[in-house]
Amino acid sequence: MKLYQHFSKTLKLKETSIAIITISTILFFYSLQPIFLSTTNVNTLLSITPELGIPALGITILMIAGEFDLSIGSVFGFTPLFAAELMNTGIPAELAITLALLSSCLIGLIHGLITVKSGIPSFITTLGGMLVWRGFALLITGGQPRYFKVPQHVTDLLTEPIFPPINAQLFWFILVMIGLWIMLEKTRFGNHIYATGGNKEVARYMGVNTDYVKIFCFILCSLLAGFGGIIQSIRLGVALPNQGDGLEFDAIAATVIGGTSLRGGSGTVFGTVIGEFLGRIIENGLVIIRAPSYYFRLYIGVVVIVAVILNLYIARKIRERERP
Amino acid sequence: MNNIGNGQLVKMVNIHKWFGKIYALKGVDFHVNRGEVVGLVGDNGAGKSTLIKILSGVYPPDIGEIFFEGKRVSFASPKDAINLGIETLYQDVALVAQLDVPRNFFLGREITKQLGPVKLLNIKKMTQESLKSLEAIGLRIVDPRMPIEHLSGGQRQGIALARAMYFKRKLLILDEPTNNLSVKESISVLEFVNHLKKEGISSIFVTHNIHHVYSIADRIVVLSHGQKVGDFLKDDTTVDEIIQLIVST
Repeated sequence: MKLYQHFSKTLKLKETSIAIITISTILFFYSLQPIFLSTTNVNTLLSITPELGIPALGITILMIAGEFDLSIGSVFGFTPLFAAELMNTGIPAELAITLALLSSCLIGLIHGLITVKSGIPSFITTLGGMLVWRGFALLITGGQPRYFKVPQHVTDLLTEPIFPPINAQLFWFILVMIGLWIMLEKTRFGNHIYATGGNKEVARYMGVNTDYVKIFCFILCSLLAGFGGIIQSIRLGVALPNQGDGLEFDAIAATVIGGTSLRGGSGTVFGTVIGEFLGRIIENGLVIIRAPSYYFRLYIGVVVIVAVILNLYIARKIRERERP
Repeated sequence: MNNIGNGQLVKMVNIHKWFGKIYALKGVDFHVNRGEVVGLVGDNGAGKSTLIKILSGVYPPDIGEIFFEGKRVSFASPKDAINLGIETLYQDVALVAQLDVPRNFFLGREITKQLGPVKLLNIKKMTQESLKSLEAIGLRIVDPRMPIEHLSGGQRQGIALARAMYFKRKLLILDEPTNNLSVKESISVLEFVNHLKKEGISSIFVTHNIHHVYSIADRIVVLSHGQKVGDFLKDDTTVDEIIQLIVST
């Protein structure tokens, strides 16, 4: 009985179905090509996933609050380019990166204010934002890449190995995840985020300032997109004008695969982390087994649909069991 | 009916309301005593919802005055009414479906504990306190940490009522609370309202169906075409008399 209760409690976790899919996927690639779990390949996975996963965490919070951000790929590209431009004028790297991150906060603030004050869907606001910030990135660079050279202590802080296979970006990814988890699950503000996304009218009636909650989440989402972009540019040593192109779809896919509801009000950061890893594992695994890289989008597309159906199915099973 | 005396909690005097050309309320007087359950009945379009929306701060009256605990009041928004202790429970809007019981119960007024520099939610205490209040109105929830969308409509009404009691509301306005419920669940909602009455909380039970409210109401007020056409202590009237009044005018 106790074992059954434990099992049913585990099944109730939103992340269960996706964890099962991820483990099966790992075993699948490993059985076809054992190199998949070699130290080198695991290191590669662990160093690439965080820079794309951090923006996905940002959009998870925003989606829980009931809004959407299509512009994160553009912010992911714009932020490091802006930092590179600032560094070119002789501003020290730390200050340039800080200012660039503040600019991504400002972008989030603009998206949030427009959405909340005008009442248009955030899908539209950030679709506009996606084009505008990408346009800026192309404009200030003339479409040319920029070197992204930062002093060693900045690299140490953001991308160097701490102790293999743990590198600094993985550490940041975990830190952001834990921080957001505490915010969502353990603070009053987290409850207000869930409530705002779940039912804005009720939240407002109960005294929650839903506009403030939404604007904060827009800012957080843009900031984390910019932070991911900075990490990628430091790792590559270059800031590309088309950096992060299409990132928004991968991030939304990871979030949805991880069990976050498109309608807001429900979702978890752990789910997104697993969803992001699953995306990168499929991408990397297909390369390792030498499948044409075009398969990636196809597989992710299938996984999105299967994971969401599985989540719904498990939720329904639980409900049937619990209801008297 | 002396036990419900202790004077009037709320009094609305000569309330008029127009919506464009529609004359929705034509000088209605309405009051609720302390600890009293008032059934506000009338056909669709009789002016019931307009009257309670004025009392809950959604619209101001065009003419008329509202007194709460003897003092004249005016509401700029529902928030002002809530601050005085008047809470309106619409059919489903008082709770967030995706949140569990304690997170709904304390939404906007969460209990926290200090942990070093930060304040964290005290989920354990929130769960205990909410379950205690639910038990006080006779409602048991097996798994309070499940999203409340998994609960029945009657259970959700119970949570909203228990919350109003916990936060010491003085007047509850229940807008068609039994409308979409099964007979069994309607009865349990009526029992919840009875528990509130024992705690001295007044309520206005708005319904177009007299049968829904007759068993628990102390007094029944009938509206028709924007006017008050009846105001009886329940003991002085019958269901048939009230139905006649609703239908004939």
